[in-house]
Amino acid sequence: MIIVDSLRKFGDYVLLMKRVFTRPDRWREFFKRYIAEIYKLGIDSIPIVITISVFIGAVIAIQMQKNVVSPLIPAYAVGLATRDVILLEFSSSILCLILAGKVGSNIASEIGTMRVTEQIDALEIMGVNSANLLILPKIVAMVSFIPVLVVFSMASGIVGGYLIAQFTDIISVSKYIYGLQSFFVEYYIWQAIFKALFFAFVISSVASYYGYRVKGGALQVGQASTDSVVVSSVIVLLLDVVLTQILF
Amino acid sequence: MITVSNVYKLFDGKEILHDVSAKFYSGKTNLIIGQSGSGKTVLMKCLVGLLRPDQGKIFYDGRDVMAMTSAQTKVLRTEIGMLFQGSALFDSETVLGNVMFPLRMFTRDNYATCKKRAEFCLERVNLKGVNDLYPSEISGGMQKRVAIARAIALNPKYLFCDEPNSGLDPKTSILIDELLSDITHEYNMTTIINTHDMNSVIGIGENIVFINKGHREWVGNKNKIFTSSNEALNDFVFATRLFKEVKGYMIEEYRKQEAASEE
Repeated sequence: MIIVDSLRKFGDYVLLMKRVFTRPDRWREFFKRYIAEIYKLGIDSIPIVITISVFIGAVIAIQMQKNVVSPLIPAYAVGLATRDVILLEFSSSILCLILAGKVGSNIASEIGTMRVTEQIDALEIMGVNSANLLILPKIVAMVSFIPVLVVFSMASGIVGGYLIAQFTDIISVSKYIYGLQSFFVEYYIWQAIFKALFFAFVISSVASYYGYRVKGGALQVGQASTDSVVVSSVIVLLLDVVLTQILF
Repeated sequence: MITVSNVYKLFDGKEILHDVSAKFYSGKTNLIIGQSGSGKTVLMKCLVGLLRPDQGKIFYDGRDVMAMTSAQTKVLRTEIGMLFQGSALFDSETVLGNVMFPLRMFTRDNYATCKKRAEFCLERVNLKGVNDLYPSEISGGMQKRVAIARAIALNPKYLFCDEPNSGLDPKTSILIDELLSDITHEYNMTTIINTHDMNSVIGIGENIVFINKGHREWVGNKNKIFTSSNEALNDFVFATRLFKEVKGYMIEEYRKQEAASEE
């Protein structure tokens, strides 16, 4: 039953995306909404991305120093490990899981409220492709701005580790920076950004789907918001496994 | 003119509309009345294309809606204005932005021209000084008027109103009714109003279609509704205490009017 229901929802999602990815009726209206979404979904997310990344970077540095203690492992490994964990997993996958909560619930509740207050019906009666008008700018904004958030997260995470080196005696600053510069693989950054593009699409499109298909009232909007976060998080995790396997 | 011919609509096997046929005339305020759950909202949703009838046909000035291509439907939709029960104004747009929205989407006019037209529509519904406010900052009656201004922005041929007086006080309801009636006559629109407000029926009911349990039970106008012998219609019309108390007087008065008009 769950499989049948999931397949039905997937089919419905594909049909909705078919309506979303059509030529906008008015490009001027699309760009106006695109800029608004960049601000709302992207720029508004920068503070939380920086805050979480700084703390996680700091925690990774402490954990590495406390748990990977061995005379065979050099001290600068803390910097190296912190950098690689941030670049390879945190700033792409974990960041997107956080965004699935923040951005996903925002999108689902906004579109869901428009649905239950008949604003979407009003658009449809006017002859506007409501799916295209409301959802496309969100997806394009999210996908185009996610590299910026990933880069902010990477920089902040590394700064978090640096702050630990600076203000505690766990590791010296020079060794931390030496670790950051050791065995650096530029591809890790591109890989993280590449993965995040897929995750951004999943987060924005799945949340839009759940919001757009709401039936009922405020209770159902809340339920749709929760469902969108759960489903997009699971898809992000599954996709992470697949993409990591493919990209390495 | 909009013609509905033998329309049926089912939800989960339950028949909501059964063989409904009706005509809605241009330049007249056409009312669909009936109790809650009678199927009038479903009928209106079928008329505007939000629902597709399971059987039957709907014609807009002879154009069969069911046989239209998506391009033809898109053109038809630009000829339709709709006023929703909850106004359905866009929260993210100001009052002016809401009225300008259809103009931005469907005309090639520049910003100044669109603004001028939107301001004209807002003045037409007697709204001034609220252009820069958001829907949440104005009263329910004002929201209805903004919704009417938005609905008429593109000069529609057909105007649909779903319970325009719900949630409004009697005085504001009368203002909204008069406004809808005036606009209908001024622009010769085919206006269809879904209501169960008897004040609207008495005030502006030029063509009334009574829906009962999914059937079209009765058709007439505001003068004939009080003298009808239809039992279901009488139950509906004289349901309120006020109307029950003045029933005899009203029937007598309307019979006199009817006789006078026949002479």
